[in-house]
Amino acid sequence: MAVSLREYRARIKSTESMKKITRAMELIAASRIIKAQQRAQSAAPYARELTRAVSAVATYSNVDHPLTREPENSQRVAMLIVTSDRGLAGAYSSSVLKEAERLAEKLRGEGKTIDVYLCGRKGEAYHRFRNRPVVRSWTGFSDQPSYDAALEVGTTLIDAFLDEEGEHAVDEVHVVYTRFRSMLLQEPTAVRLLPLEVVEGEERPSSDDVLPLYEFEPSPEAVLDSLLPQYVQSRIFFAFLQAAASELAARQKAMKSATDNADELIKKYTRIANQARQAGITQEISEIVGGVNALADAQAGSE
Amino acid sequence: MAESGEHLHVELVAADRTVWSGEAEMVIARTTEGDVGVLRGHAPLLSVLTDAVVEISSAEGGVVVAAVDGGFLSVANDRVSVLSQRALLPEEIDVDEARVELEEARGLIGANDEAERRLRRAEARIRAVERAS
Repeated sequence: MAVSLREYRARIKSTESMKKITRAMELIAASRIIKAQQRAQSAAPYARELTRAVSAVATYSNVDHPLTREPENSQRVAMLIVTSDRGLAGAYSSSVLKEAERLAEKLRGEGKTIDVYLCGRKGEAYHRFRNRPVVRSWTGFSDQPSYDAALEVGTTLIDAFLDEEGEHAVDEVHVVYTRFRSMLLQEPTAVRLLPLEVVEGEERPSSDDVLPLYEFEPSPEAVLDSLLPQYVQSRIFFAFLQAAASELAARQKAMKSATDNADELIKKYTRIANQARQAGITQEISEIVGGVNALADAQAGSE
Repeated sequence: MAESGEHLHVELVAADRTVWSGEAEMVIARTTEGDVGVLRGHAPLLSVLTDAVVEISSAEGGVVVAAVDGGFLSVANDRVSVLSQRALLPEEIDVDEARVELEEARGLIGANDEAERRLRRAEARIRAVERAS
């Protein structure tokens, strides 16, 4: 009896320390998510102004740029999957990967081959385990992406897209990431990044905010030339920021339920331990009483 | 857009933050075509910047200087936005680091475009600090 009681106590203890860890992780995720949201907010002005500028050029000049040209017959596509570096975030990475599988299935159905580009160690591990080829992967910035990281990824993808004949030349670029809707809802989303659809701006200029007739220096084409790559990079940066916020939200949720679970377990184990202790005491008493009775009986018999 | 006063509304935005925003008298920036100064009532303009210094004479009388790594200048309805992937205010610039970078880039010059770019960026940073002090 005493052995199992000690066992239960040990189990309670280990659950308690586990609870402390998950609780701490929950709090860390909660504080980081605020920072991630702030970062997303402070990146918004740049994206907004850039979108404005792109739509200004698109409105007042004939947009015919390699980055916006629809390929006539696309054979190869690149797919960038944004996952997390660390686990313990519930179904975060696996739901992105599932969404990516779905997209890949669809693209394969259209007879296209897929080049996979990855962000985050979880996605890397997933592909390595299945022995699937990956063109390139980047890790180490999933929960606080820097613009430089987005720049590097963007440049690689743009190069692959503009490349006509190379080994990794592609005709389309898709991005799969998790969109941050709210603290409770994060959606895995797949979007086509390239070729660009310029007029799809999320905030269309309202009618009273008509775009003025711009002068372009040195020329509309030159402006567009340097504008579009930055636009692509800012879209990728946006995806990274959303993914980071989603990852932290998912982690907070997962850790909260882990903490709650640990609480339940501690309660359950405490009950069982108390029961075991009580059973031990009862048995001891009944043994003593039994012994005393036996002694009394023996004495009564001898007299 | 209802413009309130006799000043330009300027926003200096980097990729991950707003570096400076407020009312200003004048903005001077270096485009690929040369320096351009923007006052109130400027015609709508969208131009490409080089790696250089942007000067904003703010309405309160001070001058804000920033080193930008390329980017755009867009002017419309007395609203000026300077967009750059990276924009640094003088107090954020490490002059010594920029000097080292400058020397290093000078040594590599002619090797590739990247070196020239680094040289221009380092120069812009040093100039920004010098102008501010």
